[in-house]
Amino acid sequence: MSCCAPGVEAAASSAACSPEEVRLASRDLGDGLYQTDLSVPAMHCAACIQAVERCLGRLPGVEHARVNLSTKRASVKWRGEAAPSMIEALDGIGYQAHLFEPGDDKGDPELSRLVRALGVAGFCSMNIMLLSVSVWSGADADTRQAFHWISAALALVALAYSGRVFFRSAWSVLKNGRTNMDVPISIGISLAFGLSLYDTLHHGEHAYFDAATTLVFFLLIGRTLDHVMREKARAAVRGLVRLSPRGATVQRADGSRDYLPVAEIEPGMRVLLVAGDRVPVDGTVANGVSDLDCAIATGESAPSRVESGMAVRAGTLNLTGPLAVTVTARAESSFLAEMVRLMEAAEGGRARYRRLADRAARLYSPVVHATALLTFVGWMLATGDWHRAVGIAIAVLIITCPCALGLAVPIVQVIAARRLFENGIMVKDGSGIERLAEVDTVAFDKTGTLTSGKPRLLNAPSLDPEALGLAASLAMHSRHPQSRALASAGTERGLAGIGFSEIAERPGLGIEGRRGKALYRLGRADWALTGDRDGAAGGTVLSRDGAMVAAFAFEDMLRSGGYEAVDALREAGLKVEIVSGDREPAVAETAARVGIDTYAGAMLPGAKVARLKALAAAGHRVLMVGDGLNDAPALAAAHVSMAPATAADIGRNAADFVFLHESLDAVPTAFAVVRQASRLVRQNFALAVAYNAVALPIAIAGYVTPLVAAIAMSLSSLLVVANALRLKAGRTAKPANSARPGRSAASSHPPASSRPPASSKPLATVR
Amino acid sequence: MNSLVFLVPLALLLGAAALGAFFWSLKSGQYDDLDGAAERILMDDDQE
Repeated sequence: MSCCAPGVEAAASSAACSPEEVRLASRDLGDGLYQTDLSVPAMHCAACIQAVERCLGRLPGVEHARVNLSTKRASVKWRGEAAPSMIEALDGIGYQAHLFEPGDDKGDPELSRLVRALGVAGFCSMNIMLLSVSVWSGADADTRQAFHWISAALALVALAYSGRVFFRSAWSVLKNGRTNMDVPISIGISLAFGLSLYDTLHHGEHAYFDAATTLVFFLLIGRTLDHVMREKARAAVRGLVRLSPRGATVQRADGSRDYLPVAEIEPGMRVLLVAGDRVPVDGTVANGVSDLDCAIATGESAPSRVESGMAVRAGTLNLTGPLAVTVTARAESSFLAEMVRLMEAAEGGRARYRRLADRAARLYSPVVHATALLTFVGWMLATGDWHRAVGIAIAVLIITCPCALGLAVPIVQVIAARRLFENGIMVKDGSGIERLAEVDTVAFDKTGTLTSGKPRLLNAPSLDPEALGLAASLAMHSRHPQSRALASAGTERGLAGIGFSEIAERPGLGIEGRRGKALYRLGRADWALTGDRDGAAGGTVLSRDGAMVAAFAFEDMLRSGGYEAVDALREAGLKVEIVSGDREPAVAETAARVGIDTYAGAMLPGAKVARLKALAAAGHRVLMVGDGLNDAPALAAAHVSMAPATAADIGRNAADFVFLHESLDAVPTAFAVVRQASRLVRQNFALAVAYNAVALPIAIAGYVTPLVAAIAMSLSSLLVVANALRLKAGRTAKPANSARPGRSAASSHPPASSRPPASSKPLATVR
Repeated sequence: MNSLVFLVPLALLLGAAALGAFFWSLKSGQYDDLDGAAERILMDDDQE
């Protein structure tokens, strides 16, 4: 595997999009110009950028193509009647591409606001610090006074511009009668500024402008890092393949065909689906026979046959034949929407979760305020000098201001998120890291999570190579998962490629073709074999003129690393169980293979939620790992949840963690990282408390000058950051072939799509 | 003391200019794709 295989390709390519769908996903820039954003997850280096930009730029109608490597996106501006065939073109040079969300305006206003605030705070605090150093080193009274005035002006800018971030947040929680970390920060910096201004007016010797602005600067660093981490993960997750269709071809009563967005499809309409399309809304089959892959929707691993009159659910994948479906429900009331409702009902527990930093602030801010107030009262009673009492009280407020505390959690979480990212695991936000560290039980879904959801040919070695070659060559013409497994088994052994004529797929039955005079059939035994109408042989067979040639046995392939992952989790002291929507025997078999004792099959989405609720009621904190539409409510109900990149869209959105690599060892890796992270967070809190224990008495005693405050604050922050950097878990060894290729590597790039689509090799074990 | 009268404002002015340059580069999207910028330097031809 070369450098350009980040593992996202495990999210197998979806069917190519029609020009209508591309048009629907484009932004109208006016003047006949359209912009389409494509997500190209396999881009990895300079050669990729160049290949993609060149390929897109050469297409007719394309005016401009620009790659953003950080977000793995390409934005294309084009004009003309029909959209250029961008996805197909990229597929041709070996890059899978998917349409990106339309109307998603680029840029992140919150981030640029934070960065601007950070820039201003940095500029002001450093200049003030420069002036302060001269004051501390003994400037004469006039110079000191002048420097204090300049500092005051700079500090005013910093507070008014950068301080807003904290003031706004503090005000919004105070309005609701609560408190958070930003309240003592806001009070501390405003009071420090006010008193310093007063002192400057009265030619005082000390001013705390430097402390106030440095505090703002340090805290903004923490705030910005926190935001960047969340945004990066969100962007990465949004860039994955979309599994629900954007629209569908509707056949009108007069026979004309229109491509309509999902939201405009009404009950009674007739939707046409070709093989490879996902069913957009619930309906009944009006015409046609096919096989449906329900793995994403219900968790059943075996495709089910549908024919005229049978109901189909939104989200299932049409595998073999064309279908005409009469719509019975609008998108809002389809199966998908039902899952969304269940999710919303289930989400209560997580919304109540309070982040560690907020919980600490709840304890911390009353203590800080009370201490400052008591110091003021104490000095007032002792000396009667109100100016001195206020000065010391503010010094207490500044020295205890949770500078280290404000960095203690975000810095560790950012580094943990970075480690997870290197291992192909995306974290939605910091609270997910905190919650995962508390988990004691892991519930796995089966289809698509423990197993890859793709069948694998079990008896390939015992088969006659000639029969396998014939079967593989026929199977290459079908999308059915078992056909793909056969085709890849044949291709691997170099047996496929035998020519057939008159190849035809019989939806729901199998595929047939002629070779010379002989008619070969590959598919259900009761269809392929003439003498065996009762289906005694069962399973999938290859027949020649109705006589059996070979029988094939399949198993649902375990996700790579599944067994090891379950083992590692149990070793880490976690209870593991399976909750699946598949049939009980299939679940039992998988459970036995990975060595899990507790399992339940045939569970409806509601039953999964109920099981998680029961576990929660028994005092367990549960991690749910699942991928299907039917898992989405359970993912939302669990204490914390994880989904593979191949999961259904709403499942991915409900999950706190999304892992991109094929292997399940993402789960134990995530545990190792978050557990160490939570240890480091605790240590950081301990450091912050220890620092306060030393600094607070000095401040109360009135010995804190601005110089002491600046040194103490910087030291404690540095200490906390240095401690966070000790996070070792999940550090990956660099892959041996990660050397940056020069331009010449362009030709050796992995044509990601030329790989056998259902290869049974683990696709993404780069490490 | 006399030199400070113009040196300090000059220092502040230079700092403010740098801040302005930073704002401008932020706004013109130069920080949108840091990974891409790091890789693009390896391409030897910039012509389309």
